[in-house]
Amino acid sequence: MIEAVNLCKRFQDKKRGEVRAVDNVSFTCHPGQIYGLLGANGAGKTTTLRMLATILEPSEGTARLCGHDIVEHPERVRANCGFLSTATALYPRLTAQEMVEYFGRLNGLDSTTLKTRIDDIFNKLDMNDFRDRRCDKLSTGMKQKTSIARTLVHDPPVMIFDEPTLGLDIMTARTIIEFIRECRDRGKTVIFSTHVMREVEKLCDEIGVIQSGKLLTEGTIEQLRQRHGENDLEEIFVKIVTPHYSTAETV
Amino acid sequence: MGLRNIWIVYRKELTEALRDRRTLITTFLVPLLMIPVLGAGFTSVMSMVIGNAKKEKPKVMVVGGTDSPGVIAALHKYPKINIVPTTADWQNKVVGKDIRAAIEIPDGFDQGLKTGHAGTIKINIYGGEIKSELAGGNIDGYLKEYRDGIATERLEANHLPADLLKPFQVKRQNIASPEKEAGAILGGIIAYMLIFMCLNGAMHPAIDLTAGEKERGTMETILSSPVSRTHLVLGKFMLVLTASLITAVLLMASVGISSAVLQKTHALDQMSEEGEPTPQIILGPAAIGSVIIMAIPLAVLFSAALITIALFAKSYKEAQSYIAPLMFLVAIPAIAAMLPGVDLTPKLAIVPLLNVSLLCKELVTGDYHWNYIAIIFASTCVYAAGALYLAVKMFQRESVLFRS
Repeated sequence: MIEAVNLCKRFQDKKRGEVRAVDNVSFTCHPGQIYGLLGANGAGKTTTLRMLATILEPSEGTARLCGHDIVEHPERVRANCGFLSTATALYPRLTAQEMVEYFGRLNGLDSTTLKTRIDDIFNKLDMNDFRDRRCDKLSTGMKQKTSIARTLVHDPPVMIFDEPTLGLDIMTARTIIEFIRECRDRGKTVIFSTHVMREVEKLCDEIGVIQSGKLLTEGTIEQLRQRHGENDLEEIFVKIVTPHYSTAETV
Repeated sequence: MGLRNIWIVYRKELTEALRDRRTLITTFLVPLLMIPVLGAGFTSVMSMVIGNAKKEKPKVMVVGGTDSPGVIAALHKYPKINIVPTTADWQNKVVGKDIRAAIEIPDGFDQGLKTGHAGTIKINIYGGEIKSELAGGNIDGYLKEYRDGIATERLEANHLPADLLKPFQVKRQNIASPEKEAGAILGGIIAYMLIFMCLNGAMHPAIDLTAGEKERGTMETILSSPVSRTHLVLGKFMLVLTASLITAVLLMASVGISSAVLQKTHALDQMSEEGEPTPQIILGPAAIGSVIIMAIPLAVLFSAALITIALFAKSYKEAQSYIAPLMFLVAIPAIAAMLPGVDLTPKLAIVPLLNVSLLCKELVTGDYHWNYIAIIFASTCVYAAGALYLAVKMFQRESVLFRS
């Protein structure tokens, strides 16, 4: 369960002065569902998700993950979520197994639990061939699997994905999409950001459209289609975002 | 939980560091090889130059003196010079290093000796040129002996005692212990190297663990784990400190071994004056141990400061360009401590780096001023704690971690 309440993030920019990267955003994601955060580049998706993952601190407002407040107890929040983005790289000089072990230990797992957990994940993701290979020697697909294993090692109830398929080839992207769906099927709360409409159509139970830091609209795909009298998601998205997009450029 | 997490971070950073060739080179190879290479290079060049200069029979011209066969004959008897035929351009020959010295004898010198108006013999040399200086000094000494000989003869001729001219004798004697002598020569250099090595050993890991992590995109990964930022930076700091201390300890071990080897092989014999004992540069375990203890707060200071600075940078290269000026900054107090006459005072004892450099000089000489040691250890600890606090604070700042 994720409950974001009036999340705000302001930055100081030398040229533009104060920038509201995220402006009063509230939404709720439920267990066993995938919430898709849809937006153009610079809309505020990454900042929102980083705040949920407590990598950034909100300027105002807060959010609760599984009942833990992101401002009050960031460590507990991180223990309850897995965060994956194209920016979350692996340590090049660690092996795939060491990488996953490191995060397991930081999550407080004892050696026996860690071992069974790792064996389990590595079998399931078919990673045993490159278990002891250094991360800098892995292919993109192997790296992605290792990253997935890293986010799964402590079996978190909440998963946060920030443009997880960005820059990946089709096969690797498919593994990720498959994995996200599986997370939902196992009853996890999943939030993920993207600007790829196909992924949204395939995956999302609920969608939030974000632009210029503001959450413009929310609902299921069906609800959005009815509300805007369009069938094509891309058209709907453009319709929602366009009036705000021009103002965003002049800020 | 806190200590456990710091330990987990530390162990992971250690694993990575041991697989990083650059870290291994700066931490292990550089301190171990620097002293032998520099030391052997320096001493062999020095002893070669000095040895050659001493072995060489310097070419000397005698200008004038055609009417004074006495002094000319005396000069020809002197075995340490090689008198060559005089040419008109003898001045150019001295400056051009073709000959080492030219002895100018005034007209009517022998005649003048009898009347008491012999005048001055000039020894023309190339000042600052070691071989010319040596030749000049030798000729000077020999001519003074010749002068004393004439004086003694005259006294004897008049039945006067020879000690009329020299009512007393003067002798210079070195009573400093070998350690003190070594300390005076080496203390400043060792302090300089220690400071430099502590910094150098910490530099690469400090950058690699902060700016390097940003550059490789692992910063966001690690920040998404439950470890707190304070524990994270402390774990990283411990690794940087370890590297810095290993570098310092290896440097001192290398200094100890090299000095013992030099002593055993008599490589320094050439450098001593004839008849005087060879300078002793053996550093005792006590001196080496106490220098290493002083290196601890120094290493803490450097590790924390480097982490703070490197954390600002977005990439390894950017961090390097921030840290390069620091290398020069650190060298200033270290070099100042090498200057003669700069000694420990209560005021200087709280100047960071300079105090440690000066103390190292004392420690190497075998002097343990406990009150100074306490002040310097304490003040360096305070600076180190300040730097560490800053590093921890810096790691909490989003504007630093996510600078764009």
